[in-house]
Amino acid sequence: MIAIFHAPLLQLALPEVIVVCAALLVLAMDILFLRTCRTRIRFAVAAAIASAGCAGAILRLLLAPEQANFLNGTLVANPLTHLVQIALLVLTILTLGISVDSTFTEHVGEFVLLLLIATVGMMFLVGSQDLLVIFISLELLSLSLYILTALDKRSARSSEAALKYFLFGGMSAAFLLFGFSLLYGFSHSTSLAEIASAIHAFHLGGSHIHGSQLNPLLAIAIVTTVIGFGFKVAAAPFHFWAPDVYEGAPAPSAAFIASGSKVASFFIFFQILVVGFAGAEGSAAWSRIVPGWVPALAIVAALSMLLGNLVAIVQRSARRLLAYSAIAHAGYMLLAMVAHTQQSFAALLYYVVTYALATLGAFGVVAVVEKQTGSDQLSNFDGLSRRAPVLSFCLFIFLLSLAGIPPLAGFFGKFYLFASVLAASSSLGLLWLVVLAIAMSAVSLYYYLQVLKRVYVASPAADVEKIQSPRLSRLVIVLLAGAVVLLGCAPHLLLRWILEAVRVAGL
Amino acid sequence: MIAFPWITVLTSVPIAGALVVLGIGGGVGERNKNLARGLALAFSFLALGLTLFLWHHFNSASGALQFQERYPWIPALGVEYRVGIDGLGLLMLLLTSIVVPIGMLASWQIQERVPLYFSLVLLLQACLFGTFTALNFFHWFIFWELSLIPAFFLIKLWGGPRRTSAATQFLVYTMVGSIALLLAFLAIFLATGKFDFIDLAGLAQNGQLMPAVVRNLGWHRFTPEHVALMIFAGAFLGFAVKVPLVPFHTWLPSAYSEAPTGTTILLTGAMSKMGLYGFLRILLPIFGAEMQQVLTPLLWLAVATIVLSAYAALVQKDLKRIFAYSSINHLGYCLLGIFAVLKFTGGDVALTAEKYAAMNGVLLQMFNHGLTAATLFWFVAMLEKRSGGLRGLNDFGGLRKVMPVFAGLMGIALFSSLGLPGLNGFVGEFLIFKGSFPLATWAAALSVFGLLATAIFILGILQRVFSGALNTTWAAMPDLTTGERLALAPAIGLMFALGLYPQWVLAVVNSTVMQMVQQLKF
Amino acid sequence: MMLAWTIYISFLGALALLLLPKGSATLARSLALLTTIVTFAITLTAFVQHRTGALLTVTQKSWIPSLGIEYHLAADGISLILLLLTGIIAIAGILFSWNIERRVQEFFAFYLLLIGAVYGVFLSYDLFLLFVFYEIVIIPKYFLIAIWGSTRREYGAMKLALYSFIGSAMVLVGLLAAYIVAGAKSMALEDLARFPFPLHFQMWAFPLVFVGFAILAGMWPFHTWAPTGHVAAPTAASMLLAGVVMKLGAYGCLRVAMTLFPLGLGPWGFHVLGLGSWRDVFALLAVIGIVYGALVALVQKDFKFVIGYSSISHMGFILLGLMTLNQLGLAGAVVQMFSHGVLAGLLFAVVGRMVYDRAHTRDLATLGPMNLNKAIPFAAVTFVVAGMASMGLPGFSGFVAELMILIGAWRAFPLFAVCVGIGIVAGVAYIWRAMQQAFFAEAGVEPTSMQPPLPPISIPERLGAILLIGASVAVGLYPQMLLNVILPALHSPLFDGLRKGSWQ
Repeated sequence: MIAIFHAPLLQLALPEVIVVCAALLVLAMDILFLRTCRTRIRFAVAAAIASAGCAGAILRLLLAPEQANFLNGTLVANPLTHLVQIALLVLTILTLGISVDSTFTEHVGEFVLLLLIATVGMMFLVGSQDLLVIFISLELLSLSLYILTALDKRSARSSEAALKYFLFGGMSAAFLLFGFSLLYGFSHSTSLAEIASAIHAFHLGGSHIHGSQLNPLLAIAIVTTVIGFGFKVAAAPFHFWAPDVYEGAPAPSAAFIASGSKVASFFIFFQILVVGFAGAEGSAAWSRIVPGWVPALAIVAALSMLLGNLVAIVQRSARRLLAYSAIAHAGYMLLAMVAHTQQSFAALLYYVVTYALATLGAFGVVAVVEKQTGSDQLSNFDGLSRRAPVLSFCLFIFLLSLAGIPPLAGFFGKFYLFASVLAASSSLGLLWLVVLAIAMSAVSLYYYLQVLKRVYVASPAADVEKIQSPRLSRLVIVLLAGAVVLLGCAPHLLLRWILEAVRVAGL
Repeated sequence: MIAFPWITVLTSVPIAGALVVLGIGGGVGERNKNLARGLALAFSFLALGLTLFLWHHFNSASGALQFQERYPWIPALGVEYRVGIDGLGLLMLLLTSIVVPIGMLASWQIQERVPLYFSLVLLLQACLFGTFTALNFFHWFIFWELSLIPAFFLIKLWGGPRRTSAATQFLVYTMVGSIALLLAFLAIFLATGKFDFIDLAGLAQNGQLMPAVVRNLGWHRFTPEHVALMIFAGAFLGFAVKVPLVPFHTWLPSAYSEAPTGTTILLTGAMSKMGLYGFLRILLPIFGAEMQQVLTPLLWLAVATIVLSAYAALVQKDLKRIFAYSSINHLGYCLLGIFAVLKFTGGDVALTAEKYAAMNGVLLQMFNHGLTAATLFWFVAMLEKRSGGLRGLNDFGGLRKVMPVFAGLMGIALFSSLGLPGLNGFVGEFLIFKGSFPLATWAAALSVFGLLATAIFILGILQRVFSGALNTTWAAMPDLTTGERLALAPAIGLMFALGLYPQWVLAVVNSTVMQMVQQLKF
Repeated sequence: MMLAWTIYISFLGALALLLLPKGSATLARSLALLTTIVTFAITLTAFVQHRTGALLTVTQKSWIPSLGIEYHLAADGISLILLLLTGIIAIAGILFSWNIERRVQEFFAFYLLLIGAVYGVFLSYDLFLLFVFYEIVIIPKYFLIAIWGSTRREYGAMKLALYSFIGSAMVLVGLLAAYIVAGAKSMALEDLARFPFPLHFQMWAFPLVFVGFAILAGMWPFHTWAPTGHVAAPTAASMLLAGVVMKLGAYGCLRVAMTLFPLGLGPWGFHVLGLGSWRDVFALLAVIGIVYGALVALVQKDFKFVIGYSSISHMGFILLGLMTLNQLGLAGAVVQMFSHGVLAGLLFAVVGRMVYDRAHTRDLATLGPMNLNKAIPFAAVTFVVAGMASMGLPGFSGFVAELMILIGAWRAFPLFAVCVGIGIVAGVAYIWRAMQQAFFAEAGVEPTSMQPPLPPISIPERLGAILLIGASVAVGLYPQMLLNVILPALHSPLFDGLRKGSWQ
């Protein structure tokens, strides 16, 4: 039995603690003092406190960066986790920013609380290399998200979406748990590093002459893990919940699900696979496919890209369109795992962060439009550029960034991602995936342009007036657009940190 | 004196004129029109003056190129700006300078878009000057092609009822010829890297040109002779259409008859000489050997041109069409002379003299035909003006009685065209026949039928238009005004002058002719 | 070095236009015009000062050091010419869209964005940067057509955007692969051009990248975006599209595909249908494009389609010139890029602005009775001049360019040269037919007094036409001006691979 020193543990988890404290404070303030005030004020105060908490956590992470590996990977702190945690906190603040003017719920305190709790879940998720902690934080995150989805009680859709999300989420948790238990049985440990060494030892043990044969137990574990996380990141064919949730959830919740939780899930997915399943990669190179988790992921990635992009073409609702585009983007990001190199990890992080920024912004704009026109049908975007020029321009930037048009962040993300994927395997073995991805991103331009066409080309209906967008949301959206442009023009601002962190973390 | 770029200045005078005349195009009203006409005429006289100046300072004892200017232009393509004139060029310049004012005077009554009309005429003149002075294929071809544009629009916009098809036919024929010509010269350039006529002629003279072409093009599927002939055929087609040579002539009658008469004067007087000039300046020196190989068919073509066109003129009822065919006929004589010169004579001195004669005849005939045909069409224009556009052979009759001066002067021009001794037409034709008979006896003999037919239709015109019973419709037709008489006087005078003293022209061209013939070392 | 400012000024101009107060159309136009004039002045100065045509680095800064990507702008003779072309077309385009009344500021903002990106492509020396600018072009192009276009504008715009994007996707695959194979250290053109890529790699990468760029250059059979796009676009956009955007494709073919993968042009070692290399294949496609474009233009009823297809025919000349792989052919291709840019711009200006905006129809049969040569003589004259130039009349730029390409082609593919002759004849024919039917048709009936007279040609239009005609004539009469800078550029180390390989 190892003695647990609580002080260092607390010190290490101080950012998370700050966020939790903020969450509790928000709840207390809201319930105790602000029950009778207008929703707007309650939201403002709650968001202010929550943002302060997040900012505090960020400061802590920035000012006292420390490296630690607590209890054999149960809690890990290194520049990389710090970076990702900071990104998550920033996304949370931005989500709070666009939710301040929402009117969908009376439960302001609860909403913000859940948001922060989910953030804490994500932070722990990022900062751990132990199956148990990973699973617990994942559930913490998921449960918060389920409720966030259902929070709009007036909308039947919201509840339906939440139920669907819950069912699928529960199923994925079951798969994950099953897979994790097999892994534990295989390696007698929940630590990723030890699982990896067990797999290594198994291969070295000569129980199989060729590395190309997988232990059946391990194979099942791989498959269930991929399925489990496939649900989380909404990759085809495990994506069924995504369109409904994106469509039904209150806009801020949907934005949060699409941005923050994506970042965390991808990060930890990569960690588990690369650290935990080291040695069972296999290969997805054209003409040389070796069983392992890489070919499995390659198939999932290819499916996601195809399905996401092709189905997105026929969507009539902006949110469903974003959902399918999210599926497609999950496909691109899975390529990074197929490549599983340090480069591709850095590319993945860059991609997922910039993707989160753009999606968050897009949801912000959709939320504003929805609030004014009552629905997110694409036809409601007709002539938006005449009604809200600034918002339209921001949407223009977000969608083009998602489509991968330079000089926006999405383009560099794609470029770097594809380059790192190509570089991963000798003699361009993964070229087929890259070709598919690039071809599909050409398709994606079509549906993004369809939206922009409505915004810029179509004439507004005769009776609509100018859209009044809340000042704060507009500020946040403009900030996001600025960030997307800036990161596209000068990717090195972010990339430098990511590369440094990945190098130090030594993945 | 030589250093001054006389030729460039000469070419730019009409261009400047065209721009100036076009520039005043905005206004309407009679004053504006008269201004445009007057200015255009002034510019054409300026050009005439310059040409006479060149004529005066031309050293006629030398057959070499004079007033040369030579500057590098596009070294990568072997293109230079090189202009210069010898006797041939000078003669053509003079002819152009004379014909253009005639054409302008003949179109004085044009009412629509006067400035545009006259600026196009001046532009055409510039192109003609350019064509007759350029010594490098590149800018020669620029002028050659560019001349089509004003000509096309002159027909298209001011022509008769079927002007559109006439203009298009004219353009398409010439364009096809030009593209063939272009391809041929590209092939030559590809093999030799040269676009310069004089250099190419030099190569051809040494017998190096075609071997080089055959070797460098690498078209090994064909025999060398065939390659040479194919290239020659391309170039030949370009000029044959322009002259025109039967059977490439079908564009000409409709173009000439549909064009406003002033334009027809330019077409026949000056533009038809572009083709002949091409034969003399380009085909003869550069493709002499190939032409000699196919001499017999060529002679047949020349004979066909002479005879068939004369007979075609015989059956026409429209004065302009008659003169159009007669033009083909006269140019046919020139071709006959040119082809006859190519006859291999093995250095026979006597026959060389005949060659000189034929060649002198050709040049003289070119000038004469330009002058005579222009004058004839001018008469037609005057007749049209009086008759309100009618010009059929049978529309008139007995005009001699109401307009004796007109009849007399036009009679002189007609006789000049017929080749009556004492008038200019005779000398040229005589020299050509004198030279051709010993060289290509059968062809010359057959061509006499053409002379015969010409005589018949010319006399027919005289009879039907001027003699016989007076057509009462025209009883009040006015005779030539004093102004018209004065304007016609130089042209008629020139006909007599050249008929009586051809030496005036021959002296200038003789050295050039001798040199040209000597270059053909057969 | 000032050249980089062409990009910045254009982008700043676009930004300024968006920030202008609403409702100041004249101000917006003047600002846009001023911007393009300044950029043109810069390119002209650079062109005049930089007589040698050798490579000239404009700016070189580290951009994404971890990937070896630099912000590297440079210009050699070829890019200088295309920059100059861009400057000319940009000014003319604004002059010809002076009558835009709807959403003026946005129009010119998109316009300047497009111009800036085009400058960027021609100036980029780092392939990543080049690709960035290359893709930026797509978006303003789409909106210019979709918002301000005419016939089936949304369809045309989307088709154009997708074709471009698919083309650039192919380019991206090729560039990425090249970048990785070369060790992922640098995206600089010269580094990659110097890298000895394995033969089999070049054999697939070359056609991929070449076709990717050639889609934008309107290569048959990937040309179908061009006619619909051109027809749908507003005048200025057609001018830009045909004038410079198609040149981006051709420029990419020469600058990227051919320098990076010279061995891809070499023989396959076997023959399929008589074709023994990608070079043969693309030359054949180019010739088909020339003939096909001309023949299809011959039977069009819509005036603008005639010009649209003529562009395909002329772009075929450029591609053929590239495939000749000899100095004359390549130089001719570059001259043709300039020439076609100017002339296509002019033709579209006549059809789209002078005729369509006045007569509100482009149907040749309907235009005929309007007796346009009397109603708007300036348009008629301009079209005649532009048409003549475009059909290759000597004295204009088209002639020199096509002459050089023909000579080059005659050396490399004698048989194709003859086919090209057919294309030229057809070219004469379609210009002639369009001119006859649109401007000089026999007016069957005198124009009735019911029909209001067409507004006269405005001053900006006249200026624009004169500018473009002047450019064409200047090049036609003194092509050495361009060749002086093209030839040294073709002899730069960049084209070493090409010269050593299959250069003749």
